[in-house]
Amino acid sequence: MAGFEPSSLPDLLPLYYRRLFPYGPYGRWLSYGGVVKNYFQRREFSFTLRDDIYVRYQSFASPQELEKEMQKMNPYKIDVGAVYSHRPSQHNTVHMGAFQAQEKELVFDIDMTDYDDVRRCCSSAEICPKCWTLMTIAIRVIDRALVEDFGVKHRLWVYSGRRGVHCWVCDDSVRKWSSNLRSATVEYLTLVKGGPDTVKKVNLTDPIHPFISKSLSLVEPYFREYALVGQDILGCRESWEKVVALVPEHILLLFVGTCLCTLGVRTWGGPSFGNCLTYWHASSKKTSHAESEIMLQYCFPRLDINVSRGLNHLLKSPFSVHPKTGRVSVPIDLQKLDHFDPFAVPTISYLCSELDTANEEEDGEKENEMEPMAKRRTRDYKKTSLAPYVRVFEQFVDEMDRSRKGELLKRSDLQRDF
Amino acid sequence: MEFTREKRMKMRLAGDRRGDQYPHSLQFYQQPPAENISLAEFESFAIDRLKLLKVVENLGVSYVKGGEEYKNKLQQELRKLKFQYRALIEDDYDARRKDHISHFILRLAYCQSEDLRRWFIQQEMDLFRYRFNELTDELVQKFLKYINLSYEAISKEVKEKLAVQLINSTPGLSGAKIEELMFYKVPLQDAMDLFRVRRVYLLDAFTYVPHTDMVAIVLNNFRTKLSKALALTARSLPAVQSDERLQPLLNHLSHSYVGPDYSIQKNTGKISIEHIDALSVKSFPLCMRQLHKALRDNHHLRHGGRMQYGLFLKGIGLTLEQALQFWKSEFIKGKVDADKFDKGYAYSIRHNYGKEGKRTDYTPFSCMKIILSNPPSQGDYHGCPFRHSDPELLKQKLQSFKISPTGITQILELVKGMHYQLACQKYFQLTHDVDDTGFSLNHPNQYFAESQKLLSGGRDVKKEPSEPENSQQKLSSQKSTNSCSIPNSSNIEGDTELEGLDAYFTED
Repeated sequence: MAGFEPSSLPDLLPLYYRRLFPYGPYGRWLSYGGVVKNYFQRREFSFTLRDDIYVRYQSFASPQELEKEMQKMNPYKIDVGAVYSHRPSQHNTVHMGAFQAQEKELVFDIDMTDYDDVRRCCSSAEICPKCWTLMTIAIRVIDRALVEDFGVKHRLWVYSGRRGVHCWVCDDSVRKWSSNLRSATVEYLTLVKGGPDTVKKVNLTDPIHPFISKSLSLVEPYFREYALVGQDILGCRESWEKVVALVPEHILLLFVGTCLCTLGVRTWGGPSFGNCLTYWHASSKKTSHAESEIMLQYCFPRLDINVSRGLNHLLKSPFSVHPKTGRVSVPIDLQKLDHFDPFAVPTISYLCSELDTANEEEDGEKENEMEPMAKRRTRDYKKTSLAPYVRVFEQFVDEMDRSRKGELLKRSDLQRDF
Repeated sequence: MEFTREKRMKMRLAGDRRGDQYPHSLQFYQQPPAENISLAEFESFAIDRLKLLKVVENLGVSYVKGGEEYKNKLQQELRKLKFQYRALIEDDYDARRKDHISHFILRLAYCQSEDLRRWFIQQEMDLFRYRFNELTDELVQKFLKYINLSYEAISKEVKEKLAVQLINSTPGLSGAKIEELMFYKVPLQDAMDLFRVRRVYLLDAFTYVPHTDMVAIVLNNFRTKLSKALALTARSLPAVQSDERLQPLLNHLSHSYVGPDYSIQKNTGKISIEHIDALSVKSFPLCMRQLHKALRDNHHLRHGGRMQYGLFLKGIGLTLEQALQFWKSEFIKGKVDADKFDKGYAYSIRHNYGKEGKRTDYTPFSCMKIILSNPPSQGDYHGCPFRHSDPELLKQKLQSFKISPTGITQILELVKGMHYQLACQKYFQLTHDVDDTGFSLNHPNQYFAESQKLLSGGRDVKKEPSEPENSQQKLSSQKSTNSCSIPNSSNIEGDTELEGLDAYFTED
């Protein structure tokens, strides 16, 4: 894959916005079928331009106008905000206080930096295939709860372009949720609590709520491979001390006893913690949730409540380029979640080079054929490795269209039934 | 409240069927009252409601909410103030009417600022919770239906199917209990506070709420409706306030639990400047002690501090001449020379004493005013230390004043619950070594006066505790002893005395 240089963005972005950005499905998504009047027009977009110049409260009369503006400004980053009571671009002209955020997708932001105390492979903004499993687990846990517990249908999971994932919940009813309801939802979905000063961040009490037991059954299959083998959390003293700190004393004593008794004299002077984990399993299960608590502390999703709570909070748009890594923020196909590889996500420079190659070939083949610009563009991204991601996005938008039509049919049926 | 003619007409017609109007002892206050009442009744209802809510607030701090003692005391108070106190009494028209009307009057008075709204909602919620819990199961059912909050109870089959999940998601529920307990299927929007902490089973956007937890649902709904209604009321307030009979009364109500305003002092000139240092340690509330110390340390105070502290000193009896001398002698120790002081600062001190500008005789700030308005920023020392200090800093400060660790914990607990005045009262108890202050604190000058009384061993001390903790009654006692003026924070209309208020009502 072609390396990415942030300095090349000014050259690449015009090409990306002219020929690759999937305006079609994107506009369809945010128009939501045009059911609510001026829904798209009242949506806030925010552009980050070169040198971190931040332009908030942009709004557009139509997706076409948004497209034009994107091609003119070539923003380094695009954020999507709420649907307001008035057009955001005119927010200065309405009476203060009257300009209110009314609706927004329920969004979640899961960021790998929040796991720094439980991953050994990387820290802060770095990620690697090892710790990416945490994101896979997070998506599994949150997505199940959204669908089964909250009865949600339309979720778009997106790779942020660097170190995390975003989720956009787009159901009509959910977009109307109050910020209070949003924070209640995040609290329901949160098990890991406490900052750097808290050692034990998960504390389970009886009875174990179905949300927790169902989440546990999703975490469990990953735990051994990810935590015990991949992260090797029992591998060195510094690391296993952290695990031991989570085990209640009486179980620890019991465990040491079992160890000494079974392993006998041979291991005196240094039995490895890893060898003995199984013994501990057997003895602790009855009396405590220590095992589950450790698993959850190491693997359970950590949500940023502030992003989800505020209706007016901005979140990076899908298909926006990450200005530091050059990777496009692409939708994740949940059917192939375990195979999603953030490192395989194309960078803007790679896509542009793909486009160049394809054009050269094409130019050679059919020199004289003049295709209409629009038609050519819809096909452009198909020549690049962006295509499968756009397909996932289109499927998501199609599914929303389908259920909206179903809803309309149902309603008109009801009306005919006098 | 709407005062449209149509409504009034309707009411008169319906007035005969008294029973229909308040079918339940518990009310959701969805319809404003639409009958004519006299201003005298208007006032007395409002004041009684205010007394009731004050009691609710105080009980909530002193006792476990919902505990036996809490319930008994609250019932006593309801009975004393002639509000309905028992759910079962059928013919309770007068009390229910009073409950209804007084609630709506206080809405008018308490919709004006965020803090007033919050206080009002909190007390009304606690009162509602108490009353709801007094209802029998049967009455609860009826009431839920009445307020359109009846949810579908799940069938026996569904309950059996979900038994394990219900047991695991509802704390304190055993398999045996589930048989007889009714579960309701409630949309998740209405059960926010329950699913937030995973106290209920959540499946496909519906929560399964046991009968015993329905109070949370109803309260949630009550709060949402009330807070929306208050916002709406605030918007239509200008129309109500244009009625000159109501406006002063409403202002008076929203500030009336502040107590006397300490603008006229019997002991003017009885304080000497030399004593202030000693007094600041013994008898000043924390806010003033802090200001005094800052003034001594920095030889300067910024405007907010000069106002708050200067007026307090005026309230404890410093004359204008003394004040000028006091401030000048301190300021010239710092960067301000005598000339600059006379030009820049003397004016504002004279202004405080009503000798400059529009010649208003300013009154010392009440706790409410200090807590609610003009929060201090960097370099400021005014404000309420319980409200505006970081808890950690407050703790250090209290430690440096040799408050016992248990005392500090108690104070911080009150601060956490946003009971800043009660925290200050606790501070009073601890620094004066008394178990019960015998008054409810709402003014820094009151703090000072009470402290002086206690320290000089005055006979007043014994008299006070027998008085019930509420401003109105205390007010009258104060009136008789030191001819003090009436609670009134706006100070401009210093003549709004009780006689003045009465005049408003007798006119009608």
